[in-house]
Amino acid sequence: MSDTSSSEAPFLVRLCAPVGRVFMSFLANVGSIAIFTGRALIHCVTPPFYWRLVVRQMIDIGYYSLPVVGLTAIFTGMVLALQSYSGFSRFSAEGAVATVVVLSMTRELGPVLAGLMVAGRIGASMAAEIGTMRVTEQIDALTTLSTNPFKYLVAPRLIAGLAMMPLLVLVADIIGVFGGFLIGVNKLNFNPANYLTRTFEFLETKDVVSGLVKAACFGFVISLMGCYHGYNSRGGAQGVGTATINAVVSALILILVFNYLITELFFSK
Amino acid sequence: MIEPKHIKIRVRNLHKSFGSKVVLNGLDLDVARGESVVVIGGSGTGKSVLLKCILGIIRPDSGSIQVDGKEVTELSSSERDEMMLKFGMLFQGSALFDSLKVWENVAFGLIQARGMDRDQAHDIAIHKLAQVGLAPEVGELSPAELSGGMQKRVALARAIAAEPEIIFFDEPTTGLDPIMGDVINDLIVKSVRELGATTLSITHDLASARKIAHRIAMLHMGKIIWSGPVESIDRSGNDYVDQFIHGRAEGPIKMQVSR
Repeated sequence: MSDTSSSEAPFLVRLCAPVGRVFMSFLANVGSIAIFTGRALIHCVTPPFYWRLVVRQMIDIGYYSLPVVGLTAIFTGMVLALQSYSGFSRFSAEGAVATVVVLSMTRELGPVLAGLMVAGRIGASMAAEIGTMRVTEQIDALTTLSTNPFKYLVAPRLIAGLAMMPLLVLVADIIGVFGGFLIGVNKLNFNPANYLTRTFEFLETKDVVSGLVKAACFGFVISLMGCYHGYNSRGGAQGVGTATINAVVSALILILVFNYLITELFFSK
Repeated sequence: MIEPKHIKIRVRNLHKSFGSKVVLNGLDLDVARGESVVVIGGSGTGKSVLLKCILGIIRPDSGSIQVDGKEVTELSSSERDEMMLKFGMLFQGSALFDSLKVWENVAFGLIQARGMDRDQAHDIAIHKLAQVGLAPEVGELSPAELSGGMQKRVALARAIAAEPEIIFFDEPTTGLDPIMGDVINDLIVKSVRELGATTLSITHDLASARKIAHRIAMLHMGKIIWSGPVESIDRSGNDYVDQFIHGRAEGPIKMQVSR
């Protein structure tokens, strides 16, 4: 009896069981991230605050990410100018190069590329650091020293991520536009004054603001994923490695998802 | 046995399982004020889980844990932070914060939880380091530059820095050579006597247990199966305890070597 049922059902069951299992564990993860986020946010706004740690994280996220974000931005701006020039010249719209560069940088490429670079740099380091603290019992030690790990480890990173990413992206926007300007003037023979006028002619506040809102959101997501996966890492060096991978991959995907959602929010009619 | 008003920590009917694995199965334990209790037991019998349940790092499935007559299993996170001011803990792997200097580790509880200013905390930290036999220069090093025995001493200094009422020792001598282990034992006995603290330790090192315990309790299959004064451990009349203290593979305790 049990033999027939287990040989009759198996194909369908074996087909569906993994799907169900993956789906259930996905839901469980979403739930536990939501709880983690809620707890972290409460600890962000209730004292005591560890300002020294917030400042240290800000320097780490903001200042030390400048070189990599700046390099990304300048080459992106340069390639944008080249590509749009060669593309637009097919229908004699070369004049739009400056506008295309500034709109692409501020709306999309500035925040997204800076987000991706910072996710690789900061998300990974947060997950590895907090994950190591977890597996060496340093997080438990914090608790026994009357220090809440959420307040001491998570809140400063979330606050710093939220605050520093918009500043980074603002710098990236400027550097990116400058990269486009360099190519436009030196290689494509635009008149410098003309190029600058065209740059600002069609630029609206909303273009820049939407990019900065994205940046703040990405900064929060990067820190959150780094902290969450690090905090929940298990089982020694391998666990920390897995936590780091998960932190970076989930941050990258969430950045692209939120990028779409925020664009939809700002620009869909 | 102990009068209720003298009980510092009272654990009743504590249960904890991880998945289908039952770790604590109705554990009862009393620790009197000023007493040093050592819980012995094989690896994986739930000794660490017991300590972490009392500290609130792990939430038990059921049962009651009282510290100074106050139930601690249902504290909010801020109440728990406050209760932790009474506690010091020496972790098995020392668990020093590697991003901080040695003296900042020792002074951590003073600066972060009690809001002491850094200069004053620095002086206390150097004093505590001296108590565990470390020179002031060590305070400026980072924990990674220290040997295992020195790390353990720093961790001990950190555990006693805020002069807690209750100190937990998680395998204080594991991973140390016998001589350094004995140094740590002596330091533990000395610091506990100076503070008049109540201590609860877990270990499977009997030499260490004999040295630091007033009373020994044996944990097996998630329960305390024997407890008595340290002097009586050799004539406990309990087969499990006898097997453990003589380190015999044969006996009522069956190690699950393979599954």
